[in-house]
Amino acid sequence: MLDKNGIAKRIAQEVKDGYYVNLGIGIPTLVANFVREDISVEFQSENGVLGMGPFPFEGDEDADIINAGKQTITTLPGASFFDSALSFGMIRGKHVDLTILGAMEVAENGDIANWKIPGKMVKGMGGAMDLVASAEQIIVAMMHTNRAGESKLLKACSLPLTGVGCVKKIVTNLAVLEVTPEGFVLMERAPGVSVEEIKDATEGALIINGEVPEMVLN
Amino acid sequence: MIRKTVTDVQEALAGVEDGMTMMLGGFGLCGIPEKAIAQLVALGVKDITCISNNAGVDDFGLGLLLQKRQIKKMISSYVGENDEFERQMLSGELEVELTPQGTLAEKCRAAQGGFPAFFTPAGYGTEVAEGKETREFNGKMYVLEEAYKADFAFVKAWKGDEAGNLIFKGTARNFNPVMCGAAKITVAEVEELLPAGSLDPNQVHIPGIFVQRIFEGESYEKRIEQRTVRQRI
Repeated sequence: MLDKNGIAKRIAQEVKDGYYVNLGIGIPTLVANFVREDISVEFQSENGVLGMGPFPFEGDEDADIINAGKQTITTLPGASFFDSALSFGMIRGKHVDLTILGAMEVAENGDIANWKIPGKMVKGMGGAMDLVASAEQIIVAMMHTNRAGESKLLKACSLPLTGVGCVKKIVTNLAVLEVTPEGFVLMERAPGVSVEEIKDATEGALIINGEVPEMVLN
Repeated sequence: MIRKTVTDVQEALAGVEDGMTMMLGGFGLCGIPEKAIAQLVALGVKDITCISNNAGVDDFGLGLLLQKRQIKKMISSYVGENDEFERQMLSGELEVELTPQGTLAEKCRAAQGGFPAFFTPAGYGTEVAEGKETREFNGKMYVLEEAYKADFAFVKAWKGDEAGNLIFKGTARNFNPVMCGAAKITVAEVEELLPAGSLDPNQVHIPGIFVQRIFEGESYEKRIEQRTVRQRI
């Protein structure tokens, strides 16, 4: 079974040379720590920066330079700042190659819910609806089950949707899955996790084609 | 040169009344119009509809207006950092319209640029699209979103000049440029107000035509919401 860093490490393998990548808050943010150093990648933050770097050294924080999680950040050579409309133009116009975000629920048809629990938690969708509606490649990073042990990979989402039929790939603490018209296809198992365990933790249709390989994490 | 300078924040907010719709720039607490917010608190105007990506924190930014119950309705994309906000919303005291962030930005830009509405894929198939016209283009579904109408836009820039030209800094730019000229009156507050001719026209982010009033604010607090650092090795 993977921890949050393990999930981020596996997703980092999906980041290719020349990609512009938008990272959501939470596990997706960790992906930046594991991207290979021999490839060129730029991270976009929807509040208006491309070419995001690591956190600043203590004392170098600048209140005017933050990421979408409102954390102080730095920029790398080649970085640029822009306004919110242009930022979402990059996203809506499909100039950003890969979006990695978290989810509360994903359905077997690719629907995603991650912004609202009616009557309980209403924080808002932020940029998530724009991101999932436009991105060509969306990877969801999440735990396979919620705190109550219930599956987050469902036949249909029970929470208000963020987007319809948009998720193509999911990396959880248990598995890598692809969303197809027939349902979730199990692509890889996390180290030490059996197909049975993944079956038990998945409510939506799970398709298993022959031997399912174990993830290779370098 | 057409002068846009006003002497102080009092003059900058002249004409603000109860029940108005106001746009406020900023992302989180980054690039918010601190001086305009303080003056709105001082004026005690009520029943404001605020168009702002976020709602501040409990004791800073728009949280200051929420504390005093001056806001009737918030139009935002993300409001997660404010307990008072959540309390007022769940109790029904505060009306809230949550809008996808890119749509929010574009609804401002549409108002600025003279478009009544536009189609976006964001929110299609979700409760955001309920009651809205949808249409298919090239096999994909889009939602019709209308431009905002606002009485005042309050924006914060880094540098400005007497002609109302503005330059923003870092990610404090965010929603500020798209709100300029998107309301009947745009009020810009800047950290440094310079004589006309001091800014290189090549470097101007927003031309003064979009700004009606400009003033210099003193001693910005610029509070950091999430101070994250790495250790020096």
